[in-house]
Amino acid sequence: MGLFERIFKEPRWGVHPDDHKRPAADVPLRLLPPPARVYMPLHQHVGGAARPVVLAGQKVLKGQLLAEPQGNISAPIHAPVSGTVAAIGEVTAPHPSGLGFAAITLDSDFEDRWIDTARVADPFSLDPAEIVRLTAAAGVVGLGGATFPAAVKFVLGKRLAVKSLIVNGGECEPYLSSDDRIMRDHAGQVVDGARIVMHAIGAIEALVGIEDNKPEAIAAMRIAAAPFPEVKIMPVPARYPMGSDKQLIQTLTGKEVPADARAAEVGVLVHNVSTCAAVHTAVRLGRPLVERIVTINGGAVAKPGNIFAPLGTLVEELLAFCGLKETPSRLILGGPMMGTPLLHGRIPLVKGASGILAFDAGEALVPAAGPCIRCGGCTRACPMGLLPLEMAARIRTGDLDGAAGFHLTDCIACGCCAYVCPAHIPLVQYFSHAKGELSARQRARLRSDAAKRLAEARIVRLEREAKEKAEVAARRKAERKAAKAAAAAAAAAAQPEGETV
Amino acid sequence: MNHSMDTPVAAPHTTTTNSAGRVMASVMAALAPATLFGFWLYGWPAVYLWLITVSFAMLGEAFCLRLTGRQAIPVLFDGSALLTGWLLAVSLPPWAPWWIGAFGGLFATVLGKQVFGGLGQNLFNPAMVARVALLISFPLQMTAWVAPLPLFSAAAPGLIDGLRITLTGAPPGFDAVASASLLGFAKTEMSRGLDLLQSLAQAPVPGWYGSHPGSMGETAALLIAAGGAAMMMLRLISWHIPFAMLAGIAVPAAILHAVDPARYLDAGTHLLSGGAMLGAFFIATDYVTSPNTPRGQLIFGAGCGLLTWVIRTWAGYPEGVAFAVLLMNSLTPIIDSYVKPRIYGRDRKGVALEPVK
Ligand code: SF4
Ligand code: SF4
Repeated sequence: MGLFERIFKEPRWGVHPDDHKRPAADVPLRLLPPPARVYMPLHQHVGGAARPVVLAGQKVLKGQLLAEPQGNISAPIHAPVSGTVAAIGEVTAPHPSGLGFAAITLDSDFEDRWIDTARVADPFSLDPAEIVRLTAAAGVVGLGGATFPAAVKFVLGKRLAVKSLIVNGGECEPYLSSDDRIMRDHAGQVVDGARIVMHAIGAIEALVGIEDNKPEAIAAMRIAAAPFPEVKIMPVPARYPMGSDKQLIQTLTGKEVPADARAAEVGVLVHNVSTCAAVHTAVRLGRPLVERIVTINGGAVAKPGNIFAPLGTLVEELLAFCGLKETPSRLILGGPMMGTPLLHGRIPLVKGASGILAFDAGEALVPAAGPCIRCGGCTRACPMGLLPLEMAARIRTGDLDGAAGFHLTDCIACGCCAYVCPAHIPLVQYFSHAKGELSARQRARLRSDAAKRLAEARIVRLEREAKEKAEVAARRKAERKAAKAAAAAAAAAAQPEGETV
Repeated sequence: MNHSMDTPVAAPHTTTTNSAGRVMASVMAALAPATLFGFWLYGWPAVYLWLITVSFAMLGEAFCLRLTGRQAIPVLFDGSALLTGWLLAVSLPPWAPWWIGAFGGLFATVLGKQVFGGLGQNLFNPAMVARVALLISFPLQMTAWVAPLPLFSAAAPGLIDGLRITLTGAPPGFDAVASASLLGFAKTEMSRGLDLLQSLAQAPVPGWYGSHPGSMGETAALLIAAGGAAMMMLRLISWHIPFAMLAGIAVPAAILHAVDPARYLDAGTHLLSGGAMLGAFFIATDYVTSPNTPRGQLIFGAGCGLLTWVIRTWAGYPEGVAFAVLLMNSLTPIIDSYVKPRIYGRDRKGVALEPVK
């Protein structure tokens, strides 16, 4: 049967990269002492940047509001340490090509004094709207990396009457284990947070999907969820990208999210396990999101592990805390499949950062790309059912519309195709380039449409004005003529009477 | 290429340890047992022919790369020219003269592959392009099969005699010469008016283990199939093309054989004869010239099989695998453009699904 299955039962999608998780995942959580200085970027979530409400030189307590949300989709920023506001504004990057960012810089007083917070003993007696308010006020955003403001998603879920909350404990990216760690160490918080979210959105069940390469997390979560039959712990096969919303929804519920639709439209809402824990902290303890667990891993790290650190801590301080065996050959924010390369370590830890990877020279090696041998590996790996080789071939020749015809915009940039490609073609790079180009074109088209509309409106206006002017002139002329005629008539009428006037 | 931190590269930051060269090497490893068995069966001439074919295939590739100003060595190391030559060699009559191998090898990589733009660009399977060119140009030499004469057996040619056979053709006196392959035999007998029931009584019996004349790939059908199974287990190829191709040969053969055994060969003979096994596992499965989706591969494989059977049964040539594969190669782009996988969240036509709560 094994042979038969090996030949005839191929998994439908995804890849199975070497997970490299254990060196960090099995080490107990460590606590980073408050750093001397933290940099809180004003924009670390999807939506509008937050607006500062403190002044330079002002003393702040840990958890105090630093910047308030702006716009419908936004999130506030709070102080990760107690101390003094050192500066507000652009933090320049110590690198010629690195861009600066707007932030509030705090000097720590090393006392870690919290603001007074209001605890809620029974969140389930609260009105769901109140939970939305508390979550929004605490600045909770999607901690799996999406950083979408959690409260906005609650409102959406409530409006679309979502039935199932999907709690994402997939954590399918290699090297990362921050979600694993939070489930092992704080399973109670995760389960409680999930129940609070259910209450907020009116869901009747929570399906917790955890990859089966995390048996300790599954065990801990099962114990924590035992009293609550509505919270179901569901191990799922370890297969990248299981932690992608669409794939996890399909695996857990059998439902597919239609193209261009939102998950809520098929009755589910996805929140990450760490986000649920943050909701628990925000609602029960009234404490805003100012700290998080981050995985520090990679071949260049001496003591890999998970660190509970204040937001705003510089990446280089986190790395120094874990020790470096050698100068990293590459720094990555996030996981190796979808993470962003960092130019330097003077970047602060942000809400959506689940891991910082420091690769050694071997890990950072990029094999040279060769010609496509049409092996079809990319097609088999693509979790979206796309044809990466066809799209890449068209993008290479500049035929972006051709690539779009293969539904390039459905690509979730998971990187499976590029990962399996034996020719090492940087497929995802092609796709991000093409997607950027296509949306730029789209914007340009919209802009030129708008310009055209304006131009047309101007012509219409000018024509109308000209017509109006002409009408006015004609009227005047007519009036003058009429006046003249009237005068002439009057004069003529007056004539017989002689010089009486 | 080691990127310093000044030149960030995009995700993913990790990649498979697999490479094009490794894929080719694995395919060759799967082909090796059958080839070695063929060497043993057909002796030194077969070894020489193999060496010559492979060398000229690589020579042709190197020559073209030089011509276009590319570095020859790294490309040669991807192994694809070697594999092309190898596949051609095992489809040739093992005692064919050296210039058959030389001409075929050059033809395969130069006209079969490099003129299209090199690896991944060719529409047709290079080894089969060369084989068909040879068959049309040199029908005599290409159908002169020998009965197996195992290495070190009394009658087998030695090192030097073998070389003489390859360089100057087989001298008269070797018992082995001028046997027909089973398919050729059946075809000539049929054209002489003898039906299969009579003629097959004296025919060489096809076997899994190589007792009848044929190419190296034909005679070692069992080892070819084993190599194919190994490739499927390693997920180098999927089951779709081999399965569909063998079924495409076997199903019509079985039906018509049941109807009229005097005119139609049975399915077993078809499967074990000629290039059926080699074609199903090693030739039709060529990545570059076959469709990329499982359903497309089923269509492609079934087409290869059916055409093979039709050509063998009704056309002028006793063997049809090469023609069948080339014909289906020309349909690959069309199959690929019509048969696409269903995209997540869309139906087969690419229209977004209706949300179901
Ligand atoms: S995986 Fe790479 S080599 Fe294979 S078909 Fe896709 S792009 Fe081509
Ligand atoms: S095409 Fe996009 S969705 Fe498909 S595997 Fe590649 S990156 Fe992932």
